[in-house]
Amino acid sequence: MDRSQELQQYWKKNIKYIAVLLSIWFFVSYLCGIILVDQLDQFMLAGFPVGFWFANQGAEITFCLLIIVYVRLMNRLDRQYDVFED
Amino acid sequence: MSITTWTWILIGITFSIYILVAIRARAVSTGAFYAADRTIHPILNGMATGADWMSAASFISMAGLISFMGRDGSMYLMGWTGGYVLLAMLLAPYLRKYGKYTVPEFIGDRYYSQSARIISLLCAIFVSFTYVAGQMRGVGVVFSRFLNVPINTGVVIGMCIVFFYAVLGGMKGVTYTQVAQYCVLIVAYMIPAIYISIMLTGNPIPALGFGSTISPGGAEILQDSSAQGKYLLDVLNGIHKDLGFSEYTSGVRPKIDIFFIVVALMVGTAGLPHVIIRFFTVPKIRDARASAGWALIFIVLLYTAAPAVAAFARTNFIKTVHNIQYKDAPQWFQSWESTGLIAWVDKNNDGIIQYGPGKAFVGKPKYTGHVGHFGQATVTNVALAGANELYVDRDIIVLANPEIARLPNWIIALVAAGGLAAALSTAAGLLLVISSSISHDLMKGVLMPSMSEKGELLWARCGAAGAVVVAGLLGIFPPGFVAQVVAFAFGLAAASFFPAIIMGIFNKKTNVYGAMSGMIAGIGFTAFYIIYFKFINPGANHPENWWFGISPEGIGTVGMLINFTLLIVVSKFTPEPPQEIQELVDKLRYPVERKRGETKVSTKARSPY
Repeated sequence: MDRSQELQQYWKKNIKYIAVLLSIWFFVSYLCGIILVDQLDQFMLAGFPVGFWFANQGAEITFCLLIIVYVRLMNRLDRQYDVFED
Repeated sequence: MSITTWTWILIGITFSIYILVAIRARAVSTGAFYAADRTIHPILNGMATGADWMSAASFISMAGLISFMGRDGSMYLMGWTGGYVLLAMLLAPYLRKYGKYTVPEFIGDRYYSQSARIISLLCAIFVSFTYVAGQMRGVGVVFSRFLNVPINTGVVIGMCIVFFYAVLGGMKGVTYTQVAQYCVLIVAYMIPAIYISIMLTGNPIPALGFGSTISPGGAEILQDSSAQGKYLLDVLNGIHKDLGFSEYTSGVRPKIDIFFIVVALMVGTAGLPHVIIRFFTVPKIRDARASAGWALIFIVLLYTAAPAVAAFARTNFIKTVHNIQYKDAPQWFQSWESTGLIAWVDKNNDGIIQYGPGKAFVGKPKYTGHVGHFGQATVTNVALAGANELYVDRDIIVLANPEIARLPNWIIALVAAGGLAAALSTAAGLLLVISSSISHDLMKGVLMPSMSEKGELLWARCGAAGAVVVAGLLGIFPPGFVAQVVAFAFGLAAASFFPAIIMGIFNKKTNVYGAMSGMIAGIGFTAFYIIYFKFINPGANHPENWWFGISPEGIGTVGMLINFTLLIVVSKFTPEPPQEIQELVDKLRYPVERKRGETKVSTKARSPY
């Protein structure tokens, strides 16, 4: 495999990570926080109705986790494909 | 010491810090002026981005907004945080790799077109000015409420401070002052939030206290012993039901509208130039990703506390004011009457304050200057039918929160300093965008390409100085439309920059024809919809007249979809971009170019952070 193919593979993996993480992003905010919020509100999480919690805090906290995961995955991928900055 | 003395002291200290930082971080080159020499540590950049992002509106108005909207208010929480995920994954690292200074410059180069650059620089200037006017006004309002200084004097003081560090320090000065400002604003926001959380629920973390049960002390404060041991949100829902409001944890706004508004806010965030340029200041591409994460963590710290503050304040407010004799009303009620944020009209002459759905009277309170029968400040406004006797401005939720929670005076003063930090930091970031659009894109890029670096730096300083003056004037003479066009800033950023940048990175074949037609159609459509409902025919601004029930606040999403569609379709049927542009796009995708097995040699020695 030559270098350009290798780099293409790097890019494809990056796109795959983004697609997976953005699906979670969509799930917690748009699905749990908006579209399914009334259905989820029937369940309680401590004092919070679940849908209300996702909209107010759950989505925001998940966003932070998503970026942390992406940063770690990409740092690993950068090393693996030898495009890590030093 | 009185609140005023404390406020002067704290504002004096914080302003001296900002000035000191500015003197130490002078910019002497265009690289320092536009991108702080790319030497900012990702964590510091995260803090600076947090302060840059959280404006006077986030600090002062957001909790109040949520407090009165209930669950529907969460669209601001999601909308103003979700964009950072897009920034971290789709924009920041690639734009940092590109390694230039402004967003219009990227669009101009990627689409090999001066016209594309000019359209985006005009957009950047317009978006930033609409945004900055509100910030300068916010500075004036904080001064007038806490220090009884006329609003205009407050605006001028704010102008002088921003002038000093933005003109002198450029991005370098602004970054370090923003770091200081973030610290001030987060402390100022969290201390009252923690106090009120402990008071009502005994839980020191507001975000958790919000879902906890009311403590014995909390029940005492709420003057309702039956509330003890019940979940705060249940109690609040019960109060809402009794007064005839819909439940606090339920929403009334149509889902489709909320969906579109959240998309527009998220995508708008990711497309706002003053946020994007913050990621140009870090040394490495991986720092740009990390920095977006840090920024979001610093923002979410405040954003998870905001809905808690909203719920606490709402419960406390209704319980301590509704059905209470005016003469027994809490102390803060009278002290905030004089600011015009709260007013009571005794419709049934019983001396008891009744609160409920609907407006108490027409418009904002206009005081007669006389004291009514029960000691209340009377107003000349025409009272409306309905049982509600109370006018409440939503800003009171944050501003009066420390007083409602009976906190010491220095904390109340800290809130003033925090509000100023939030407003000034955002203003400075926006002014930099305006200044670099003028000096780098318009003068150097279009009108005088042969200009020396010294000349460009001079233009950058002049641009910043001119922008400060215009922003100040907009704050002193606020055009009536400022509040109306904030939706514009997000809608426009979503409909113009976002698709052009994303597709510029993720699709090599998009070309100038697609980009131009997409941007023009996106901006045109969004602008038309907003102008129609806000200016030409404001009377028609009701859900039944909106397209598919999408409000002007959410229409940027449709503009963005139009832009994406045209960008892709038109690019398919027109000639491909030149080879060197496709190679440029290729290079954006990898942090470094390195052949396999090549030893790691840092390409360019950068000063470490």
